[in-house]
Amino acid sequence: MTIEALTAPPSRSPFAGLMQGTAGPVLVVVAAIIAVWYLAAVMLNAPFQRDMYKRGGIEDAPLAQLVADTLSQDRPVLPAPHQVAVELWDTTANKAVTSKRSLVYHGGITLSSTLLGFVLGTALGIGLAILVVHSRVLDKSLMPWVISSQTIPILAIAPMIIVVLNAIGISGLLPKAMISTYLSFFPVTVGMVKGLRSPEAIQMDLMKTYSASPAQALWKLRLPSAMPYLFASMKVGVAASLVGAIVGELPTGAVAGLGARLLSGSYYGQTVQIWSALIAAAVLAATLVALIGVAERLALKRMGMRR
Amino acid sequence: MSAREGTTPAPAPRPHRLGAVRTVLASLALALALVATMMPVIASDTMALGLLAFPLLAAMVLAAVIVLAPYRLCLLRGPRAAGLLAAVSYAMAFVLISLIAAHPGQAGSGFWALVVVAWAIAWLSVEEMAGLKPRQPLWGRAIALAIPLTFGAWLLILWQVLVVGFAVPKVLLPPPSDIWVRLIASPEVLWADFRQTFLKGVLIGYALGCGAGFLVAILVDRVPFLRRGLLPIGNLVSALPIIGVAPIMVMWFGFDWPSKAAVVVIMTFFPMLVNTVTGLAAADRMQLDLMHTYAANYPQTLLKMRLPMAMPFVFNALKINSTLALIGAIVAEFFGTPIVGMGFRISTEVGRMNIDMVWASIAVAALAGSLFYGLVTLAERAVTFWHPSVRR
Amino acid sequence: MTGPERSVIDIENLSLTFETNDGPVHALSDIDLSIGEGDFVSLIGPSGCGKTTLLRVIADLEAPTGGTISVNGMSPEEARLKRAYGYVFQAAALYPWRTIADNIALPLEIMGFAKGEREERIRRNMELVNLSGFERKYPWQLSGGMQQRASIARALSFDPDLLLMDEPFGALDEIVRDHLNEQLLKLWAKTRKTVVFVTHSIPEAVFLSTRIVVLCPRPGRIYDVIESDLPRERTLDIRETPEFLKIAHRVREGLRAGHSYDD
Repeated sequence: MTIEALTAPPSRSPFAGLMQGTAGPVLVVVAAIIAVWYLAAVMLNAPFQRDMYKRGGIEDAPLAQLVADTLSQDRPVLPAPHQVAVELWDTTANKAVTSKRSLVYHGGITLSSTLLGFVLGTALGIGLAILVVHSRVLDKSLMPWVISSQTIPILAIAPMIIVVLNAIGISGLLPKAMISTYLSFFPVTVGMVKGLRSPEAIQMDLMKTYSASPAQALWKLRLPSAMPYLFASMKVGVAASLVGAIVGELPTGAVAGLGARLLSGSYYGQTVQIWSALIAAAVLAATLVALIGVAERLALKRMGMRR
Repeated sequence: MSAREGTTPAPAPRPHRLGAVRTVLASLALALALVATMMPVIASDTMALGLLAFPLLAAMVLAAVIVLAPYRLCLLRGPRAAGLLAAVSYAMAFVLISLIAAHPGQAGSGFWALVVVAWAIAWLSVEEMAGLKPRQPLWGRAIALAIPLTFGAWLLILWQVLVVGFAVPKVLLPPPSDIWVRLIASPEVLWADFRQTFLKGVLIGYALGCGAGFLVAILVDRVPFLRRGLLPIGNLVSALPIIGVAPIMVMWFGFDWPSKAAVVVIMTFFPMLVNTVTGLAAADRMQLDLMHTYAANYPQTLLKMRLPMAMPFVFNALKINSTLALIGAIVAEFFGTPIVGMGFRISTEVGRMNIDMVWASIAVAALAGSLFYGLVTLAERAVTFWHPSVRR
Repeated sequence: MTGPERSVIDIENLSLTFETNDGPVHALSDIDLSIGEGDFVSLIGPSGCGKTTLLRVIADLEAPTGGTISVNGMSPEEARLKRAYGYVFQAAALYPWRTIADNIALPLEIMGFAKGEREERIRRNMELVNLSGFERKYPWQLSGGMQQRASIARALSFDPDLLLMDEPFGALDEIVRDHLNEQLLKLWAKTRKTVVFVTHSIPEAVFLSTRIVVLCPRPGRIYDVIESDLPRERTLDIRETPEFLKIAHRVREGLRAGHSYDD
């Protein structure tokens, strides 16, 4: 009988309407972050710039020039947003995709091992979850390990997997993909076990009254009910996959991939390169998660779980 | 003692039958144990020794048959079956491990057959344990612990037997026994790494990151505009590979632990922010109305209702963050450290092909991670004892 | 309509309109009502008739868009700030992390009662609702009926003159409900509080009230006000008497006539 939900007064101006939702506030916060970023860039880069002036014998450079110079250093402590943007544009649009200096090339390498690992990890996770749901022994013996293994810093073994597999002649995509598989497989297993168990008792009882086989119950009831859980854990899994692929690129000595760009940037003090690789990785992660979100919406809509 | 001992009201007695899995496993184990007597246990180019050359192992096989046969015929069941099967499987494993340690790389077909027999018996013991329904809760908890422990122990046993039996090069995968030896032999190094990475980088960063996330969340909650603006961004950032800021932090804060703590702060901040803001919004309309009818002011509402109500969410973030913090600190060390730290140890010993040291470091990291998580879970149980997921 | 006693709530020409995307919704329109000290007034009507909304306006949980309302001669907001009433919700809304005693102490803590006074009031009110002995229990260890009794004790703990109850027994089964109704009447006789009680159960309204206000929807308005001539001391047996059935019949007629069947 309460009608609170309806009581929000109608907005007066389009601007007020914008600030009511999330779009307006998000834009304002993003603008604030960029402003703080610029301010921090000036402040963090200023000491080095003053040092340069002193060496160059320039006394009392005007503030405007100091600010302009801090924002256009070659290897700034903190590059300004526009420097990163220029670098991003330069390394994506202005370089051939096959060039070693193209971020698209490096991103593609990271993406391919991320996707390979993610697909393997998801398949493995779903398969294991189905086994666990149907086997009491696996449930009681394996699941505690799957859950507690999430508390272990799995990424720590990444360098070892890479180097050891390299030593027996396996290199390139597969070792990195294995790390991604490993990282994405756990959230999917845990999520799917929860999802496959999500049908209510009466729904399972209904299947029993039809004397449905376990396979039929799985196919007609458990799997459809598990879909929302699957997509939620796939979002976590794909993000973890990307982290795995990036970290997997570190110990190979910075050959190719976004992780390699991070590492070589840190070797040579190329801060602009680090930041652009970081932004590229962030964009990649956001895109992957958003794509799964779209798939989720389409799938759940088709299944009538969401309007 | 009957099979039904420990079960609540005894139902009408039904003929006892093994399920399909147990029937197959028990028959397989019996058959293999008998066949193994005719196969070489230890074999090389120059010699082949049968089961009778190793009296202890032969005795074990005899024991296995003595236990398996009545089990297969359904004469042995219940807690007694579980106990006997477990005892025989572990004894066999022990004998097999010590045998192969004396003859590395010379495992014959009979050896592998007996490994399969021991494993099958272990599986059967777990099947029996999982089927027990003890009346006393203490026994129930002991069994709930024993089952995964058996699984873990067999993972180690198979790892040990396979690596030694096939003589896998140690640079590829050392047997658990070597890792254990290394763990025992170098406590100073491992402790120094632990102190550098965990006690300094992880704990300090964790406290700062979680604390900051919590305080900012309370601030954000007060200003609806900020909440609407920051929450989507916080959700987005939680999915990003934040670990990538590690090289930047190493540049800014130097090689020592402050840069690792900084990475941990950034990684733990957003999960805490998002979870706390969600938790603070969890109070339902009726609860808020109730405080309104008491004319309670903001601090009273916050302290007496909304913070307690947000605690399950806060602990969720604390648990997620305990894992993230350790990962962040270790990976940040891949980008540069002084010559101490778990991440440093792992990456340099990998380079020197001292894989057993790497595994020892990973074991320490795993133990630290699980204990950290366990402590947070204990605190959660104490604080949110009232939550449906915790209370009994 | 008002008896000789002082009136506690005065409502004149009150209306409340919610603006929605589908146009205005007239939740309350032209409400005139006066509730005297010591009265037990039930608001009854079908869903959407605005009975809960009216209670929430009295409690200053909702602001009227027209007309006047006074509680104890003050605006509802002033009355709320002076902690003039206790409110009992549809659900017990007890805090699961507090024991029953601590839940009853909650308003006392907020209102700044001293510790000794708090303990005395907890003891007294738990006795009042027959919950003595359950002080150290947590809400989730109690049955639904006991939880709702604890929430009544919580509403009474700071001794307000006015008790506002929004379908407090709606979620309970009929046997428990009968029992609580009887207890509530005893409690009312003992404490002499003024009670405003929202319900959709006719027997409950007739059994409890000195006055029954029948509301009807679209727009939410008062259709009938029935003075009960039943004695103040009642037992559940009274529900079999002709007097009781006569009042119940009039309430049912009111509900039927006021209900529009066009939807």
